[in-house]
Amino acid sequence: MSTARHVDVAIVGGGPAGLGAAMALRRAGIESVVVIEREAEAGGVPRHCGHPAFGVREFGRPMSGPRYARALVGKARAAGVEILTRHSVVALEPEGRLLIANPDGALTVTARRVILATGARESTRAARLVSGDRPLGVVNTGALQAYLYLQGLTPFRRPVIVGTELVSLSAIWTCLAHGIRPQAVIAEGDRAVARWPMGLFPHLLGIPVHYNTQVEAITGTGRVDGVRVSRNGRPSIEIACDGVLLTGHFVPEASLMRSAHIAVDRNSGGPAVDQFHRCSDPSYFATGNLLRGIETAGWCHREGLALGRRVAADLSATPALAATIPITVAPQLKYAVPQRLAPGISGNAPALQLRLSEPFSGELVVTSGSRELLRRPLRSRPERRILVPLSNLSGADDPITIRLQ
Amino acid sequence: MADPAAKCNSYDVAVIGGGVVGCAVARRLTLDGARVVLVEKGGDILSGASKANSALLHTGFDAPRGSLELACMQQGYAEYLAIRAELNLPLLETGGMVIAWTQEQQAKLPSILAQAHVNGVADARLIDADAIHAREPALDRRALSAVLVPGEHVIDPWSAPLAYLTQAVANGADFRRRTEVIGGRFANGAWSLDTTTGPIAARYVVNCAGLFGDRLEAALLGDASFTIKPRKGQFLVFDKMAARMLRTIILPVPTERTKGVVLARTAFGNVLVGPTAEEQDDREHATVEQDTLEGLRQAAIAMVPALADVQVNAVYAGLRPASEQKHYRTRRDDERNFLSLGGIRSTGLTAALGLAQYARGQLAQMGLDAVPLAAPAITPVPNISEMAPRDWQADGHGAMVCHCELVTEREIVAAFATPVPPGELGGLKRRTRACMGRCQGFYCSAQVARLSEGHLTPAMAVAS
Repeated sequence: MSTARHVDVAIVGGGPAGLGAAMALRRAGIESVVVIEREAEAGGVPRHCGHPAFGVREFGRPMSGPRYARALVGKARAAGVEILTRHSVVALEPEGRLLIANPDGALTVTARRVILATGARESTRAARLVSGDRPLGVVNTGALQAYLYLQGLTPFRRPVIVGTELVSLSAIWTCLAHGIRPQAVIAEGDRAVARWPMGLFPHLLGIPVHYNTQVEAITGTGRVDGVRVSRNGRPSIEIACDGVLLTGHFVPEASLMRSAHIAVDRNSGGPAVDQFHRCSDPSYFATGNLLRGIETAGWCHREGLALGRRVAADLSATPALAATIPITVAPQLKYAVPQRLAPGISGNAPALQLRLSEPFSGELVVTSGSRELLRRPLRSRPERRILVPLSNLSGADDPITIRLQ
Repeated sequence: MADPAAKCNSYDVAVIGGGVVGCAVARRLTLDGARVVLVEKGGDILSGASKANSALLHTGFDAPRGSLELACMQQGYAEYLAIRAELNLPLLETGGMVIAWTQEQQAKLPSILAQAHVNGVADARLIDADAIHAREPALDRRALSAVLVPGEHVIDPWSAPLAYLTQAVANGADFRRRTEVIGGRFANGAWSLDTTTGPIAARYVVNCAGLFGDRLEAALLGDASFTIKPRKGQFLVFDKMAARMLRTIILPVPTERTKGVVLARTAFGNVLVGPTAEEQDDREHATVEQDTLEGLRQAAIAMVPALADVQVNAVYAGLRPASEQKHYRTRRDDERNFLSLGGIRSTGLTAALGLAQYARGQLAQMGLDAVPLAAPAITPVPNISEMAPRDWQADGHGAMVCHCELVTEREIVAAFATPVPPGELGGLKRRTRACMGRCQGFYCSAQVARLSEGHLTPAMAVAS
């Protein structure tokens, strides 16, 4: 059975960003707003982050992830948002046409505007090309949390945790809350990537942290039985464990865009957007962690809300792509979002987001042609938020280059 | 665990080893009327060499002339085409090009072409750089010329052997997994095999034990006629967006030692590159190595530059049961009703059905007397390739579980209810594609663990 529907705005992905966009659209008076969610329930990744510190800004108190997800879904429904769960978008087509599979058959939704909010995921063992055997028990944090919080299962009891991003803390928390005893934390650099609350957090829990260390090989037939790590020239050591938790290295979940007509930025891994977060097809917008890996749930939700308001206004215009100014970044920068500027830098466009690919201390210099638009000191590390207000870029006529020196 | 007590333990033929060759032999002998048991020491079929290959259906254009290998490849090729529709097996008709990237390689093309013609691959022909690029616009412009072999194709390397064994079982064969043959005696015209799950009696033994074929021979006959020298091959699989960059199989000009690194589509819409050829003594561990994988990735990018922007979805490694000689190693012992099919290095997927015919012929000469089944059961396997409609496109599939590979709940549940159900996670992945995509189980593995509870050893997870 195949059916067709027409709506004002379709939102692909019912996480904090997608739900934020949807509720903002409804509040702005847009009639038909549909969120298309492939899981059995909307709410996104927070659904399986069973630890606190979600929702302080949105709901005025700290909540667990699942509770926060439920609260967002409730709020969206109360605002009149329709949420289709177990609906998988399988293709994006021009003119806002979405091909969807659901348990009852196929469905086509055509929307005047589409908002892509498919989030991000941690990169896999395969994509990292990690050496060794390929036994059971090598998972990402997101998968571990789905095992524990959604299925009541665990893939291991004594894992080694690889990575020190913010999500790695979430991983440690999740393990300890379920009686899983991490054997070690492997840090590539000389310190944690994230600003860990109480920088020594794992130490205090008696979990050894190995800095300047890389995974050399995973060992085990059937199940993981150990990890061999190399330590910058010193002899390798074996750490006995029954699993490996690969944390972080988030990549936007942009596969729908890659196989469609929508341009994807090589640096961010998400769709290339202008400052209004409009994609290369002007009927399509993107928001949340699909734009880049990654920000917090709260940040994504606010990003979604703001995009919803802009798209509500955009619905009264004819979608068109204006001539744009490209933004290019130096190699020490992992990405810049947006990747181009359309005419009309308005007060409600979000700031330019940058991230480093290596620690840096010096000056951030933004030029447009031969004109210097901004020069400011920068001292930061990878995976830390760096924002440049768009007002700094107003008046740019030539391609913009962002350099570090 | 199979329950040997519940079944008759006396067979015409015990086929030892559940790789692609063992599955094909079990099917052929069963269809020809023999009572067959397939004995596999792993938790599922394809747990050894057969799980990791380049998934190609070869014409035999470059096989040694006059060899058993060539004969079996060409018989296997023909039989695959003959049975694939009724068993619901895919065929991606790609053609292959042996590409010369250097002058030195170019000088070898005429002899490759001549051998193809001698081997009966009459439509093989030389093409120039313009023809190469007209056929494959994304290919790097350094390609000088090529031997085009239109009959080289891509198949599903896991559904095919599964279909062979499924048809064998549907027609009366037994499959004993997690059963290792540790010894045996031949007396009074029959073998008594000692296994880890109890004795098995069979008049004939066919050794399809792959990486352990020499050891099985030694255990049963007292000496081995060949020595397995495991050769590791690492592979890397690009995401599906790569599929539009390539159609034809890109084959290298071979060296003395190996057929070299192949770049090819898969039946599932990916592009794979591999294998390496690394000799090792270890028969159990096939590790992947970051530097080697990166080298493979770069080799692929050198052939198709646009692959630089495509994510790597999966990496794997397999061991090929090479021996100290290049050719297939067979041994027939008429005194002890024993046949070895050994040293099947890298053409086993294509040759399996032909080897099965060969084995049938040999056993007949050794006195195996059987009447082919008049109306054997035809047992199509579920389609998981991209060449035919998938379950998610049909109504009532329950829900999508694996979003990357579009695998439904109904497909996963159904896999456990088949005559040859998956016994380990790898087997479930090979039967359904769940967890095989770009997220490698980030989104779906917890749900797959739930759906597979009680079916897989080792289990994906336990109660938390």
